[in-house]
Amino acid sequence: MSKDSGTQRAVPSAATLYWSFTKMSLQAFGGVLPLAERMIVAEKNWLTKKEFVEMLGLSQTLPGPNIINLSLMLGDQFQGPRGAFAAVMGCLSLPILIVSALAIFYSAVADHPVAQGALQGMSAVSVGLVIAMGLRLLGTQRDYKFGWLVMAGSVVGVGLMGLKLTTSILVFGLPSVLVRYWQLRPRSDGASS
Amino acid sequence: MSELFLSAPDWPLLTEIFLRFLMLSLLATGGALAIAPGMHAYLVGERGLLTDAQFVGAIALAQAAPGPNVLFVTVLGWQAAGLGGAIAMTLGALLPSAMLAVYAGRIVGSHPQNPFMRALREGLAPLAVGLTFSTGVLLLTPWVTDLKMMAVVLVTTAVAYKTKLQPIFMILTGALLGGFGLLS
Repeated sequence: MSKDSGTQRAVPSAATLYWSFTKMSLQAFGGVLPLAERMIVAEKNWLTKKEFVEMLGLSQTLPGPNIINLSLMLGDQFQGPRGAFAAVMGCLSLPILIVSALAIFYSAVADHPVAQGALQGMSAVSVGLVIAMGLRLLGTQRDYKFGWLVMAGSVVGVGLMGLKLTTSILVFGLPSVLVRYWQLRPRSDGASS
Repeated sequence: MSELFLSAPDWPLLTEIFLRFLMLSLLATGGALAIAPGMHAYLVGERGLLTDAQFVGAIALAQAAPGPNVLFVTVLGWQAAGLGGAIAMTLGALLPSAMLAVYAGRIVGSHPQNPFMRALREGLAPLAVGLTFSTGVLLLTPWVTDLKMMAVVLVTTAVAYKTKLQPIFMILTGALLGGFGLLS
């Protein structure tokens, strides 16, 4: 992603990527992205908010889980394929063991009222974490005015009217990219503007 | 339970599952849950390896466990075909999209000043923010009329936005409130 000139950037090793993503993923009940955003931007300073939101945009547009795509791209950016593998394994390796253990003992726990109540409470918190992440990222979009329309439209379309994601990429993402390209298009010197 | 580990792997079935999930992987725009209908049609409908209840249960279980929700695929794999199924389905569902993500990230990231790549990054960014809010709205919808749940959502939003408190403490607080029956 784009480099901000002059900012001091931390470059994590593959091992750091693995352990940081592991620690983060193990705390992520009901959604990994808000915790990932917090870790990557605020705690570790691996990406600026703007770089994060751009990487997230690409992750969402590509097939596959957003957090998996994002950790692969981030890891690859810093340490190549080893970094990509380390970051994605951080997301997955221990949670896979936990979810497998739960899959084997599933029926014993899942229907218990205390477990059900706890799940409901955690889901309310995870909604709050997602909204707070949205609010934090909002500030990165000040300069691209057409993007405000895209943002509002996608919240109404996807959030309220249940538009599918693939449709929303065509309806909102594509025009947004085209308008941005038109704004950034190379102009030959001396042309009247 | 032991049959999950000890039965001899059914190689033809595992190969078929793996190949089917490889194809589904590249259709999964919108994250793991976007391919759930395709997996359901195959595992529950076409092959009858799982019941409806098991399928829905796997999604609920992965959402309750820490880590990415895509791990519901691992749970489905365990239930459909034991350890081999868990490996075949998880790898199948993740490998193609993972390779695509790394290559796409490189192409888009390697030309920071190219206007088209910049437009791609900066044009998709507002959609990313919009979709983040959309996720919040979608998750919120079942609870809008529930004052206690809405209170927890609002307090979490404020605390997570304004303070540096580690999210795990908020999640634990939510689990305790719900576990003691204070939200029902």
